[in-house]
Amino acid sequence: MSDKPLLEVENLRISFPTRTGVTQAVRGVSFTVGREKLGIVGESGSGKSMTGRAILRLVPPPGIVTADRLSFQGEDLLTLPEKRLRGIRGRRISMVMQDPKFSLNPVMTIGAQIAEAYRVHSSAGTAEAKRRALEMLEAVRIRNPERVYGLYPHEVSGGMGQRIMIAMMLIPNPDLLIADEPTSALDVTVQMQVLAIMDELCSRRGMGMIFVSHDLNLVASFCDRILIMYAGRVVETCRASELHAAKHPYTRGLLDSLPRLDDTRDELPVLTRDPSWLES
Amino acid sequence: MIDVTDLRVTFGQGADAVAAVQGVSFAVRAGESFGLVGESGSGKSTVLRAVVGLNHDWTGSIAVDGAAQGRRREKGFFKSCQMVFQDPYGSLHPRHTIDRILAEPIAIHGLRDADARIDRVLRDVGLGPQFRFRYPHQLSGGQRQRVAIARALVLEPRVLLLDEPTSALDVSVQAEILNLLKRLRAEHALTYVLVSHNLAVVATMCDRLAVMNRGRIVEEMDVEALRRGAAREDYTRQLLRASQGYDRAAADSFKDFA
Repeated sequence: MSDKPLLEVENLRISFPTRTGVTQAVRGVSFTVGREKLGIVGESGSGKSMTGRAILRLVPPPGIVTADRLSFQGEDLLTLPEKRLRGIRGRRISMVMQDPKFSLNPVMTIGAQIAEAYRVHSSAGTAEAKRRALEMLEAVRIRNPERVYGLYPHEVSGGMGQRIMIAMMLIPNPDLLIADEPTSALDVTVQMQVLAIMDELCSRRGMGMIFVSHDLNLVASFCDRILIMYAGRVVETCRASELHAAKHPYTRGLLDSLPRLDDTRDELPVLTRDPSWLES
Repeated sequence: MIDVTDLRVTFGQGADAVAAVQGVSFAVRAGESFGLVGESGSGKSTVLRAVVGLNHDWTGSIAVDGAAQGRRREKGFFKSCQMVFQDPYGSLHPRHTIDRILAEPIAIHGLRDADARIDRVLRDVGLGPQFRFRYPHQLSGGQRQRVAIARALVLEPRVLLLDEPTSALDVSVQAEILNLLKRLRAEHALTYVLVSHNLAVVATMCDRLAVMNRGRIVEEMDVEALRRGAAREDYTRQLLRASQGYDRAAADSFKDFA
């Protein structure tokens, strides 16, 4: 574990000009990621996904991204020419999206897509790429890699699709993985298995990871550190193991409003939003 | 209130046939809240759709409020049994106002004083009359789900079938909708059948539940047993363990249940 962080973000701001004025999706977010699992939690509209996208300069136009500092292993991601950025995007930082249905190419076989991801980022030949793709499918616990290699995305289940996405994102051996709700479309047991795969790859390869999710309990049990976002700001940062002792009223409110298995409360406490949370 | 015996639903024919529900039986008493839990593909939603008549090809028997149901439902059936769907973004007509959405079931059933009914039901779900002439896109996800609940309630049914009513919502909004559903059940003496993959939601909402896997009911239990974690079947225990957050050792021990 090196002490130098992989990614440094300081005062990140993302805004979208609209007909009715400028909407600020992210308003001054700062954090660093080392070789660890960092969770970003928040509700829809909190800016958590945009933060993940901004790192790879994937904020769609007309979005405007500014930051005092956005650097990955010393390289400034904001000003890096597009050509150099392509050497980072997908190769050294890769991103797993939420829904495999929309992220896999429907007219390419799964094997061809994974092999392509490898060949784009290395000088490997076809045979070598195929061998690596099959290895990777095996690493994400797909039982019959040879068969799955020749299937099209519509022929596999959601859970398998998500594992295929993960295989594709991990094959260039990135230093940092950004996972945007990678398991929220999956059943709980499959979700656990997919997380176990990512967990193992993190610890074995010393990869850093940003895990974006709305699921507090999942993040608390999976990540090392958590940022809690509300309305485009980080309202609280804590160690994952100390989430239950969170101080900010928003975090407390979210935790309380979750139904629990051993719940005997007649009514779930409802979050009352304090306008002052938008400021501080 | 609801009696389902040996329900079987098959999609497709010949070699492509998929038996989605394979002999499911359960009974829900009047005023009870019954949960159907399972993973995707377990057949839980298919059971619900067969009960409400959205699925015509089933065998077995379904009785609602003492009346045996055939392939097609009578109009009067929907006066007593209504459904709320998972996705409030997809289940409301995007070009109809809330008023029109709520007026339609009233018109179909030829009921009087539509105005007063709509007004009352909007208040009931906590929206108020100012929402009446808005369009769905002007509402948040939680507000839309309230409209979907209002549409189900406007006919004053006795049974509400809920298919993952909060899984598309944020947790803070989920709490509001769950509270609303609890209050409505108490006020109107409703019977609920709630389909969910979230055990914690079922634990707060239901009195009894059935766990489904691969088209069969694996286990029926009451909510007390669920809270204690007292499951009899391995499948239910695995589901319980998976619901309690990430645990590396647990993930490695998971297996497929055929």
